[in-house]
Amino acid sequence: MLRLVGQRLLLLIPLLLGLSVLLFAWVRALPGGPVTAMLGERYTPEAAAAIEAEMGLDQPLIVQYGKYLLRLLQGDLGTSLRSGRPVLEEFVNRFPATIELTVVALIFAIGIGIPLGYLAARRAGTVVDHTAVVVSLVGVTVPVFFLAFILKYFFAVELGWFPTSGRMSPTMEATHPTNFYVLDGILTAEWDAAWDALVHLILPGIALGTIPLAIIARMTRAAVSEVQNADYVRTARAKGIRPARLRTEHILRNAMLPVLTTIGLQVGLLLSGAVLTETVFAFSGIGSFLAEAVFNADYPVLQGFVLLIAVTYALVNLLVDVSYGLIDPRLRRQQ
Amino acid sequence: MSDEKNTMNEQRPAAGSGAAEAGAPETGVAKTGADDVVLRIEDLAVDFRTEGGAARAVRDANLVVRRGETVAIVGESGSGKTTLAMAVLGLLASNGSVAEGHIWFQGEDLGEAGPQHLARLRGTELGLVPQDPMTNLDPVMRIGRQIDEGLIDNGLRTRRDARARTVELLDEVGLPDAGRRASQYPHEFSGGMRQRALIAMGLSGRPALLVADEPTSALDVTVQRGILDQLSDLTHELGTAVLLITHDLGLAAERADKVVVMYRGEIVEQGPARDVLRNPRHEYTRRLMASAPSLASRRIEIARKRGLDDVLDRTLLAHEDGAADRGAAPLVSVRDVSKVFRIRGQGLLGRGKDFTAVDGVSLDIPRGSTVAVVGESGSGKSTLARMILDIETPTTGTIHFDGRPAGGSTQAERIAYRRRVQPVFQDPYSSLDPMYSVFRAIEEPLRAHRFGDPEARRARVEELAEQVALGKGLLRRFPSELSGGQRQRVAIARALALKPELVVCDEAVSALDVVVQAQILRLLAGLQEELGLTYLFITHDLAVVRQIADRVLVMQNGMLVEEGTVDEVFDSPRTEYTRTLLDAIPGKDLELAL
Repeated sequence: MLRLVGQRLLLLIPLLLGLSVLLFAWVRALPGGPVTAMLGERYTPEAAAAIEAEMGLDQPLIVQYGKYLLRLLQGDLGTSLRSGRPVLEEFVNRFPATIELTVVALIFAIGIGIPLGYLAARRAGTVVDHTAVVVSLVGVTVPVFFLAFILKYFFAVELGWFPTSGRMSPTMEATHPTNFYVLDGILTAEWDAAWDALVHLILPGIALGTIPLAIIARMTRAAVSEVQNADYVRTARAKGIRPARLRTEHILRNAMLPVLTTIGLQVGLLLSGAVLTETVFAFSGIGSFLAEAVFNADYPVLQGFVLLIAVTYALVNLLVDVSYGLIDPRLRRQQ
Repeated sequence: MSDEKNTMNEQRPAAGSGAAEAGAPETGVAKTGADDVVLRIEDLAVDFRTEGGAARAVRDANLVVRRGETVAIVGESGSGKTTLAMAVLGLLASNGSVAEGHIWFQGEDLGEAGPQHLARLRGTELGLVPQDPMTNLDPVMRIGRQIDEGLIDNGLRTRRDARARTVELLDEVGLPDAGRRASQYPHEFSGGMRQRALIAMGLSGRPALLVADEPTSALDVTVQRGILDQLSDLTHELGTAVLLITHDLGLAAERADKVVVMYRGEIVEQGPARDVLRNPRHEYTRRLMASAPSLASRRIEIARKRGLDDVLDRTLLAHEDGAADRGAAPLVSVRDVSKVFRIRGQGLLGRGKDFTAVDGVSLDIPRGSTVAVVGESGSGKSTLARMILDIETPTTGTIHFDGRPAGGSTQAERIAYRRRVQPVFQDPYSSLDPMYSVFRAIEEPLRAHRFGDPEARRARVEELAEQVALGKGLLRRFPSELSGGQRQRVAIARALALKPELVVCDEAVSALDVVVQAQILRLLAGLQEELGLTYLFITHDLAVVRQIADRVLVMQNGMLVEEGTVDEVFDSPRTEYTRTLLDAIPGKDLELAL
């Protein structure tokens, strides 16, 4: 197991190197060069020359890349053109918000998707099954931003059940030691703040979690359909074990193997979906910040965030692979 | 729950005390539960809902199983024997149901008892030993826990005492080092050990009736024998009635008090084992007897009865002559071949170990003859075959084919070699690409070796299909639409496509029913005669060897322990190991019946 983790972490090195080359080349390949792109309407020859000198753009490409890489290794991802703060700092400040949102979306997707898929498989061909199939089909096809608008319009604007935007009500006073607002509220025993932050997470969480929910439900349905007809399930029934035990320990546990892989892949989707959802709900995570960075041509932010998101994605998938081994003893030895 | 359990337990001695009435006529007493009848099936019909309406899988079935008695249900796959057993356990697939008739178990009608009651009987009064040890254990749960849970849920042991009992049960079925083994996972067990675990599981509730569905068909003969002995001893000791489902008439003859023959969903014949086998009344039973691969089956005599003597005579004579003529130049000559595999070490610091799969083997395969290599799994017979096929390279020693080194040093030589030596593998279900039609599967080697234009290939495929007796209509079908026997014919046609000289059959008929098996063996014998083929037969089934081979080589732990003609080896085996293998063949008793 440790060996697997070690190997996978080592694999991150070539992955990140490759990505850094791509990101470096991307900025250099912008129309009119990076300086024009960065300055946009503010372009003057003087400003351009100043930036070029500052960024060392007059040096050979390989030297530029070497310096870029060196800075990366020191944890220097550059400075946001817009806010003037280091990119890493911007990321660290906003990432907890997106993690909170992703966790809520995942809880929603897994909490409903797995039971729905399970029921559909166990009652194949019935109303439950057909409903589940339709729900998952609709779930996959509705665009995230559209769903986000609809949810916001009905449940926040019309019915007023949930707040329309933000991470917390502006009137709420709270301390934020970790920047995970719900966690902060719990840690500092500011229960009203925790609750307020949680309520703010619900609509964006549902909007973000719907596509993964649909995919997880379908995957679960397929996996359970297969496992429930497996020989060992019949043998377990022949042993006369309790139905609850049959469901959880034999059927669900075996069916979870493929579903787990799907969940790992969904995390990447959640990070990209966060850009749209956070924008609609004015939720200040990395998604909405990225969207802003795109509009403002804030290239250091885009470069840095893409790199950090890639690392996150790789780590999440490593986690999934490790947990795969925990569920399936056959993989432990291979790993 | 516990109250019900107690009442059920009290019924057991009561049912047994009626043993004195054993001689009473069987009709009419079942409903009272006062005799020693454990199971009585009356006019049973089982239907399966399919897209084309209800399909009847079992009809008009009547049978009785008494306390302590072993009743074998014999039939080919699809005969309804497993369906019948599953109906008793209430474990029919979700689209199956009992359409007519009654199943009386210890005096109560299971049809009226309802699914919940039946669920309570399973694991206590009703036990199951399923067919395939590879797929019947939950792969992600420790073996011990899989037995514990039954004990706990049936109220037989508390959570704390369950494991001790599980270890006892595993010990009882002959699993060595049961305490440690209980905490291992199924993939750490061999097939035989898994089957032992499944038997422990089936008997864990001390059932009155044990359904054993082909309990050993997936295992080696010697392992099979040990496990069947264990099963008989235990059920005898515990007074358990056994419903033994099998396609192997020899096994039924040897193990059962009563034999029930099923054919196409109906019971066509039943009675005491000896009577049924001595005087088979139904045509199907006779066919089954004729096909049974047993020591006694004397393939040639049977074949002669069936009008195939010409083919066989010529085959036999052909290579007697052939061996004399070309005695000096065997087609394949293997000299001192060994194969050593390196096993990867475990953990970070584990070191690799060497494992000698084949150890200094020498053999000759005369042209036009059939040489069989027999042994248990792990004896190295498949590795030997793979080296002759040039899939593996020998670590030391040489293999010559037609006077030249097998395989070849260049890619072109290797490809040419592949045309002359073709394999037929064991499992026709997995060795055919499910997405290829039969035509395409047979055509593939022709394409790969650039044989003629599409028209010529079509003609060749049709010719091959005819040779292996596959109807033209089947060429457009896909493997999933074929029976096991038909698939194996496709595999043989594919192997023959390039007109090979040597065909290596690795357990080529082991997965087939006896009747189909006999057909395929006859086909292979016919093709040998017609095309002058040489066969290398790799098998664990000695009965098959007697039907097809000229020479037999016995392998054990990578070494050749005995070699001779079929008659020499079968009639006067020289080593203890060969004798064990011969003894393990089920159905020696069939000799009497024939």
